[in-house]
Amino acid sequence: MPDNLPPDAALAVTDLSFAIDGIRLIHPMGFKVRRGRRLVVLGPNGAGKSLLLRLCHGLLRPDTGQIHRNDHHPAGRRAHAMVFQTPVMLRRSVFDNVTHALAAIGVPVAQLKSRAVEALNRFGLIGLADRPARWLSGGEQQRLAIARAWALRPELLFLDEPSAALDPSATRSIEAMLGDLHAEGVTLMMSTHDLSQARRLADDVLFLASGSLVEAGEAQRFFNDPQTAQARAFIAGDLVW
Amino acid sequence: MDDASPFMAALTLILRLDPAFLSIVGLSLRVTLTAVCLAALIGLPLGALLAVSRFRGRSVVIVAINALMGLPPVVVGLTFFLLLSRSGPLGSFGLLFTPSAMIIAQASLVLPIVIALTRQTVEDLWANYREYLLSIGMGPKQAIMTLLWDARFSLATALLAGFGRATAEVGAVLIVGGNIAGVTRMMTTAIALETSKGDLALALGLGIILVGITLLVNALAFGMSRIGVRHAG
Repeated sequence: MPDNLPPDAALAVTDLSFAIDGIRLIHPMGFKVRRGRRLVVLGPNGAGKSLLLRLCHGLLRPDTGQIHRNDHHPAGRRAHAMVFQTPVMLRRSVFDNVTHALAAIGVPVAQLKSRAVEALNRFGLIGLADRPARWLSGGEQQRLAIARAWALRPELLFLDEPSAALDPSATRSIEAMLGDLHAEGVTLMMSTHDLSQARRLADDVLFLASGSLVEAGEAQRFFNDPQTAQARAFIAGDLVW
Repeated sequence: MDDASPFMAALTLILRLDPAFLSIVGLSLRVTLTAVCLAALIGLPLGALLAVSRFRGRSVVIVAINALMGLPPVVVGLTFFLLLSRSGPLGSFGLLFTPSAMIIAQASLVLPIVIALTRQTVEDLWANYREYLLSIGMGPKQAIMTLLWDARFSLATALLAGFGRATAEVGAVLIVGGNIAGVTRMMTTAIALETSKGDLALALGLGIILVGITLLVNALAFGMSRIGVRHAG
C-alpha cells in the first residue's frame, strides 16, 4: 500500500492543480475516492472532468499537489485502468484487442487465451470475438473497452463519459455493466454531464464547475440538499457559469 | 515493318526466356528487393520512433527526411562512388562495381521514403492510440511494436513505394555498379546502354518487363489496402 493512502480510500488527492500554457484548468482541490464505491464526477461541459480523471489515472502530470493511489501492479493485474469517452479500438479483432492488453501487462502467453475468453464471455462479446473491433457499433465498442479493462482486474476503474456518445439502449447496457463491476467490488470513478445518469449510478459525487471543486459528498445528500447555489442550479437544470 | 520489328524481337526475347536477358532481370530483382528489405529493417523502427518521440529539432529532422525523399539518384551514386572507391574511406572493402555497392546505394535511396511514410502513418495512429497505450502501461518499445503491427497494411504500401523508386532509378546503380555485363548490369542500366548502342529489341524487352513489374507492384499495393480494410477495419 502506498504511503498516505487512507485504508478506506482507493485514491486520495490533495492540493491538486493543473495548467496548460499558464491557463489554470484545474484549481487546487482535494478529495478521496472511497474503496468499493461509485464516485461520479459531475458538471457541465468544460468543467474539467476529463482532465481530472486523466490526472488521477496518471496520463497527465499535475502542476501542484499529490495524487495517492496504489501504483503497485501485481502480476497479471493492473491496479487502475481507464475507459475513454471514444473507445480506442486497435485495428485487430475483438479477441486480439483483449489479448493485446493482457500481454501488455505481462500476463503469460499460456493464460492469454483463457483470460480473454473469460472477459468476452463475461460481457456477452464472445460471439463477436473474430470481428475486426473497428467494425463494431459504438455501443459494442464501448462494451469491448470495458471488458478489456475488466480483463486487467483493476481495483480502481476510471470511466470518462463512457456513454456520452451512445443511444439510450446502449447506455442502459453500459450502466448494467458498471453495476456488475460495482457488485464485484471494483471502485469506480466516472465522469458524466448527465444528471439522471449520475442519480442512477452515484454513491458519491464530486461536482465541478469551471475547473473548481464546488461540492463533494454522498450522492443522496448532494441531490436532496445541495449546499451551493451552483449545484442547486445544475440540479434544477439551469446553466452553471 | 521498321517500327514493329524491335517490338516483335523484344517479345521473342521475353518468350524465349533468353538466359542473358533473364540474368539481367534476376539481378535487378535481387538487388532491389534486398535494398528494400534493408531499408525496411532500418526505416520502419526509425520512422515509428520519430513518430512517437518529441525532442528539440524534431521538425528539422522531419523536413530533412522529407527532402531526402527527392534526392537525385545520381547524387547518391556519386556519394557512394566517392565513399567506396579505392582511395575513399570505405575503399578497403572493395565493394565498388559489385552488386553489394548497388544494394547499399539503392537502400539509401529507399530509406528516406520508408522513414518518412512510416513516420506519417504511425504518427496518425499514435494520435489515436496514445492515451490507451499509456493507460495500459506500455513503454515506447512495446508501443512501437503495437503501432507497426496495426499499421502493417499502410506500411506495406510505403515499402512498395520504395520498391517502385528503386526499380525505376538508373543513376545510382550505373555509377556504383559500373554496368558490367553479367555482373552489375541491371534492367535500367541495360536499357540506357542498349538504346544508345541501337539494340532496341533488348532495351524494349527490358522496358516491357519493367513496366510489368511496376503494374504488379501497384496491383499488390491496391490489394493490400483492400485486405487491410477487410481485416483491420
